[in-house]
Amino acid sequence: MKLAAERLAKRFAGGVEALADVSIELAEGEFVSIVGPSGCGKSTLLALLAGLLEPSAGRIALDGADSPGGLLGRVGYMPQRDLLMEWRTTLANATLGLELAGVARAAARERALAEVGRFGLAGFENRRPSALSGGMRQRAALLRTFLAGRDVLLLDEPFGALDALTREAMREWLLGVWESDRKTILLVTHDVEEAVFLSDRVYVMSGRPGRIRTEVEVSLARPRALELTSSPEFAQLKARLLAPLREEARAALGAP
Amino acid sequence: MSTTGTRLALALGGRLEPRPRAAIGRRRAIAARVLPPLVAGVVLLAIWQAYVALSGVHEGTFPSPLEVARALVRDRSLLLSSAWTTLSEILLGYGVAIVVGLALAIAVSSSRLAERAIYPWLVVSQMIPIPAIAPVVVLWTGFDIRPKLIVIALVTFFPIAVNTIDGLRATDSELVGLLRTLGAGRWEILRIARLPTALPYVFSGLRVSAAFAVIAAVFAEWVGSTSGLGVLILDYGNQAATADVFAAVVVLAVIGVALFAAVGIAERLAVPWWQAQE
Repeated sequence: MKLAAERLAKRFAGGVEALADVSIELAEGEFVSIVGPSGCGKSTLLALLAGLLEPSAGRIALDGADSPGGLLGRVGYMPQRDLLMEWRTTLANATLGLELAGVARAAARERALAEVGRFGLAGFENRRPSALSGGMRQRAALLRTFLAGRDVLLLDEPFGALDALTREAMREWLLGVWESDRKTILLVTHDVEEAVFLSDRVYVMSGRPGRIRTEVEVSLARPRALELTSSPEFAQLKARLLAPLREEARAALGAP
Repeated sequence: MSTTGTRLALALGGRLEPRPRAAIGRRRAIAARVLPPLVAGVVLLAIWQAYVALSGVHEGTFPSPLEVARALVRDRSLLLSSAWTTLSEILLGYGVAIVVGLALAIAVSSSRLAERAIYPWLVVSQMIPIPAIAPVVVLWTGFDIRPKLIVIALVTFFPIAVNTIDGLRATDSELVGLLRTLGAGRWEILRIARLPTALPYVFSGLRVSAAFAVIAAVFAEWVGSTSGLGVLILDYGNQAATADVFAAVVVLAVIGVALFAAVGIAERLAVPWWQAQE
């Protein structure tokens, strides 16, 4: 297994239990999504895996080796907000990981410039982030994550703030990027369609405290195109994911 | 966001909100900025002149603007050499304050413990009445430039330090988290994220301090000095040369405004993104 978490739990100071007993596994090059109702601890789970938070219990292993000290700096992490720095150009934001890894400025620029076309940022290399559209900002943040060169990427609702059409286009684009690089990706989303379209496997989480409720294998053939979303198989998979999520939503409202 | 320092900066005419770039008519934009204060000033001077002329007040008690202008011309060489003395005190003292203020701010925001240990003493330093401490400083150092530097720096480092501390604190904690996942250590986080975040705040503090620096310089000279505009004001005052006192005050005001403007220009150069943002 590329990345494995076993019986992870997180209880915050103050007693809020965010996660209870979460076990997940990602094989090398696999695209896995986690869907769950809002507030179920999805983002907490990613922060634990990224090493930004310490689990209250449980183990995390990368490449089969336990890492008691956490995975800080060893996996790529993209938070919900793009966090582009206005005092840097788009390119200088994208090369942040390389800069911190000690790569020379010229070499870092060169590597980033080789990717700007694929990430749809050509012509905007030297503009400030405020000059970019919402979709471009997310692609710039993704470029920053990809260039940092980790082989496991944790993406926290990367398209959450985008409009529906841009979201769709970004999904197809991300799939293209993943198919050529084959990084191991764990994507957190609340959008079932997004999860089915992109993933090999989808975990469904329960409401707080978050647990893994079910796991659904997505056996749709690759490469996938947007037309796939209107096929009956796609609808069936969506329904399988939505059923437990709807139960969770009802439970959260206190209905029988 | 709204701290004592920033509120003071606002009161002194500093602006915290980003400035929209004048797209059309740069010259017109400058005129729009320069003309109103100029017209207001001329009107004020006219009223002043009219009052002195019509009320029959003694010119030695309350000089007219024209009388002050004559004094400016008459005393020009002494005013210039004194201005040079005072300006160099201000620039050096202000420079010391910037270095000390920034260093203290970085130290205070480096850890919770450092903040608890240092911050209260920064506040205490502002409780020291300058008239009480200044003669003592002169006793320690003598009548050279050092007591002036100490007094000016003591007065002006505080707004710089407090604003910088606020700025360093304003750093997005998620951004700090992201940098950590990219392998950044505390110095790299300071350089890449915290200092750039703090820069606009630093300039707020610098603008407040620029205004204080002039007053502090006059004060420092009063306590122990043989030259400078502050000394000149005292001498003229003792001779009841009121118009000449006003002339020296005018020169001081010019220094203060110039310093304030210089900080503004430096800010535009150092923080271009602050104005570019919508």
